[in-house]
Order: sequence, then structure tokens, then C-alpha cells
Amino acid sequence: MTFSYHAAVAERGFDVALDVAPGETLAVMGPNGAGKSTLLSTIAGLLKPDTGRAHLDGRALFHLDGTTRRWAPPHSRGAALLAQEALLFPHLTALENVAFGPRSRGASRRAAEGEARRWLAEVEAADLAGRRPAELSGGQAQRVAVARALAADPALLLLDEPLAALDIHSAPMLRRLLKRVLAGRQAIIVTHDVLDALMLADRVAILEGGRIVEVGPTRQVLERPRSSFAAGLAGLNFVPGTLTANGVRTSQGREVYGHLEDAGQVRAAGRPGVAVFPPSAVSVFVTDAHGSPRNSFAVAITDLEPHGDQIRVRAGGMAADITPAASADLGLVPGMAVHFVVKSAEVSVYEA
Amino acid sequence: MTRTAYTGVPRWLYVLAVLAALVIVLPLLAIVSRVNWGNFLPLVTSESAVTALGLSLRTSAASTVLCIVLGVPLALVLARGRFPLLGLLRSLVLLPLVLPPVVGGIALLYTFGRQGLLGGTLDVLGFQVAFSTTAVVLAQTFVALPFLVVSLEGALRTGGQKYEAVAATLGAPPGVVFRRVTLPLMLPGLASGAVLSFARSLGEFGATLTFAGSLQGVTRTLPLEIYLQRETDPDAAVALSLVLVAVAVAVVALAYRRPRSVARQASGERTTAAAPAGGNVP
Repeated sequence: MTFSYHAAVAERGFDVALDVAPGETLAVMGPNGAGKSTLLSTIAGLLKPDTGRAHLDGRALFHLDGTTRRWAPPHSRGAALLAQEALLFPHLTALENVAFGPRSRGASRRAAEGEARRWLAEVEAADLAGRRPAELSGGQAQRVAVARALAADPALLLLDEPLAALDIHSAPMLRRLLKRVLAGRQAIIVTHDVLDALMLADRVAILEGGRIVEVGPTRQVLERPRSSFAAGLAGLNFVPGTLTANGVRTSQGREVYGHLEDAGQVRAAGRPGVAVFPPSAVSVFVTDAHGSPRNSFAVAITDLEPHGDQIRVRAGGMAADITPAASADLGLVPGMAVHFVVKSAEVSVYEA
Repeated sequence: MTRTAYTGVPRWLYVLAVLAALVIVLPLLAIVSRVNWGNFLPLVTSESAVTALGLSLRTSAASTVLCIVLGVPLALVLARGRFPLLGLLRSLVLLPLVLPPVVGGIALLYTFGRQGLLGGTLDVLGFQVAFSTTAVVLAQTFVALPFLVVSLEGALRTGGQKYEAVAATLGAPPGVVFRRVTLPLMLPGLASGAVLSFARSLGEFGATLTFAGSLQGVTRTLPLEIYLQRETDPDAAVALSLVLVAVAVAVVALAYRRPRSVARQASGERTTAAAPAGGNVP
């Protein structure tokens, strides 16, 4: 009862392999154009990859290589797709929409409507049963769409940014709802929101340029990111390079000192590693500061922006959070040369 | 949206626009002015007129049904199919729109006529198509089919295939998707396409005369009757013309009324779904 997948689409530079365990929810995150929609489309059967194979609960969804060209049509895959738009059939009522899946499986009208009522109640939309999609708000429509997808009894539920089109008032409610219905359900959720990954997913895969650059339990990926995208999600500064005895050396030759996360890493010198530290640990100085074990990077300010009640200073691909008062005292403006100073004790270093 | 809102239309343009409207409206007014109102009812209820009108309505209804049965699959294939020469097929299908109907009639004659491409085969099977009521229906279908296909294909293209994709992932096989999703969603486009086809069939003249002839009660439809009466009894021709004008006005009103059923619900659903996302759009 697992889902295994490997597919390549040469035209889009897409080559991804992943697995989903029974009852597991996998979050897929990545920048725009990373291949997230391609991933879901190939699983749902709406886009045919050049090569690859995918199995769901022992059934082949597709098996495409030089000799075999097996391709199961979308309706026989048991992979229901919930998109950003609710896409409720406009000519059917909410109840008929939810009953669509059971009806398509051959259930009688009465049985299908019974099941539809149960799922509508499950998403707290029982009172919307008789409404047409045009009479529903965005949040209501998406709740009905969740019920419709679940009523189809999918072996794998595919969610393509299901909260992205909702306003800030309906999104939290639907997120709560998804947390409840996704528990113990095999699902893949594409999302831009780190909160979705934390609340809804067991594992997260980071997709960049058509490849998976990082995959692991959500907390671990956010606490110890190994890709700049994941570090950005976690709001951390991220410096990749090669491991040294007491830190990381970047490709430009910059040394970053920090504390090694794993005891055995001393022997790993020369291997790819990353240094990670929060913007709050960075101080900004106009002149170079020396002293206790610390890093000092000479950088030019690129941007200043408000960040909560702090000022976020961006320079040299890093960020520092300082108080507005400090920013005013230093007279910071974009283009100004400053020093970013971080105590080495605040820098985590680990193998990439 | 107020009456004082800036329109950007220069004043001299209104003069040309009025001229353009007159080109269309004036001849219609001319017909109305020439109607012999005293004899109007007897003229339009004469035996030959009623026969012709009945034949016109029956053949137009038949050809509209034929257009729907054949046009829906063709429009779907043109809108969603992917195969070589699709572009060429689309252009060919549009040909009857620009072809002189008399040329269409000759083409049909050399297809279904006794000496035609399929004439021999049909003869063997016991069918004689040319100069029969069937020929009238075929001629009307030939000229009216593109109207249905074009309006339906446009509707299918703007609608996209998102709903069909969702239906498939919910477990619906292609037949069910067509019956329960595609067909209901295309209904508004199909309705206006069918009305236009009916109107075009009703007005068919050239192809019918060439391919089917002008036999009273068999192939003489209302336009043919009008043409015939024009020589002998202009008053009857004018009165019958007015009948066709009235039908045309009704058809245009039907086909171009503000769509309010499924189509609006579809766009409405999309707007509600997209509205929150577009919250930052002014």
C-alpha cells in the first residue's frame, strides 16, 4: 500500500523520483516553475511523461520506457485532484457535485447521495447541499470540493495549492479541515506556505529546477535546511560551501566559523557543507569589529525593508534583523558598505 | 459606467455609424412600407404559401437536428483533437460560409446526384436523393453546419478542459465525462448555434434550387416560393418576405440574448473562486 514514482519530462527539464508511505502526507514545495504542477499532472494522468514508472498500491499508473508503453487513463488511477480553484461543476448542486465520484463508480443515485451527504457533513457543509456553485463563496466552494475529492475514495489525494485562492479568513478554517481529513490518508500537497507543510505534512520535498533537492521530515528540513529554498522557508541565512575543521569555506573563499552539529563531522572536512544562522543573530557594524570568536563579513547593503517591528537589512545574500533605532543611528542606506558580524556559536554547520 | 463617462469616440464617426445602420435597416423598412396590409392575411395563408412555409419549417428542423448530431462531434474534435491536418480540416469546414450557395448546390449534385460520386451507390440501395425533400435537408445542412460548428468550437475553447480533467480524476470514464460534464457545459453554445443553423436553413435558397429544384410541396421552400411569386404576384412576395423577416428577428433575439443559464453560472463560479486570489488587483 505505497506510492512510488519516477518520471522524466525532457521538454521541461523534469526528472523526479519519490515515494509516499501508506497514510503519509508529503508536502512538495519549491519556487514557481520548479515542476510541482508537472508532478501532479503526471500522477493524475493528465500529462504523459517521456519515461518513468509509477505504482499505487501495487497497480501500475504508468510504465514508460523503450519497450513498455503502459499508461492508465486518469479515471482508473484512484488519484483525485484538488486544485487551487474549486472547479465545482457549475450545472450541478453542491450535493450532486460531491455525489459525482460515487456515481461514476457505479453507485445508485440514492447510495451516491447518501455518501455525498456524509462527506458534506464531514466538511461542515451539510447546509450547502442544495446550492449551486455560483451561490457559494470561495471558501465554501473549496470545502465542497474537498468533500467531492474525498467522496471519490481516492487511494492517493493530490492537492495543488488548495488554500492559495482563499482569503485570509477562509484559509485557516480549510487548513484545519484538511488537517483533520488528511490524517492517516495518503496524499501529496503542493504548497507555497510553510505553515501548510508544518501542519498538514509528515515529510516535505523541495523541488527546484525539475529536481528534488531535499526531502525529509518537515521539522528536520526546516530546522536544518540543506537547500537555500528550504532555508528561505525557515527564514534562515544559508551559506553553502565545503566543510573545514571549524566551519565552512564558500566557493569565493570566504570562511564561516560555526559549531559542528554532528560530532563525527571533523572527519568530513572537504565534503559539501552548509552554515546556517538566523537573521536575528547578525549584528551590523560600520567598521570592522574583532574580538571573541566571530565572523565578520564585509558586504554592501542591497535592501532595507520592515520586518515585524525590526528592520531587515539584506546584503551579500544574507539578512540581518536590527532595531529601527539602530538602523537610524548607523544611517544605513542601500549601497552602503557595512560589516555583518555573527558569533560563531550562533552558526550551525553540518554536512549538506 | 455613468452617462458622463469618457467614450473616446470622435463625433464624425457617429455619422458613418448611422450610415452603416441605415444600410441594414432601410431595406427592412422598405419591405414593411410595401406590404399590402389589406390583403396580408389571405396572401400569407394561401395554399402554396402555407405549403411552402410548412415544408421550410419541417426541413429546417430536420437539418438542424442533423447539424447537432454531426456538428457536436466535429466541434469537439476541432476544439480538442490533436492530429495532423487539423488546421486544414478547420478551414475546409468553414468553406460553406464563404462559398456561393449555388456552387454548394452544384457540388452536392455531383456528390448525391444520379451521375454523382455516391449517386450510383445510393441508386443501388434504392435512394434517389436529388430533387427530393432529402435533398432540401442536405442542402440546408451543408450551408448551416459551419454556423453550429463555429459557435460551438468557440464556446468549447473558451471553456477549456479543466472540468473534464477534474471529472476524470474523480473516476469518470470518458463517456460519463462527455454526458455529465461536457454536454451540459456546452448547452448554451449549442442552443445559440442550433438557432443560427435553423435560421440559415430557413433562408437557404441557392443550393436548394440547384440541388433540389422547385417542386411544390416537395422541394419548394419559402424562399423559393417568394422568388417565384415575385414575378407573378409581388404583393404575395412582399408579404411572405415579411414573414421571414419576422422569423429572423425572433431568431436573432433568441441567439443573442444575454446568456443567463449555465454559461453565467460557470463564469460566476470562476469569479467567486478567483476573487480572493485577485484581492490585490485594483
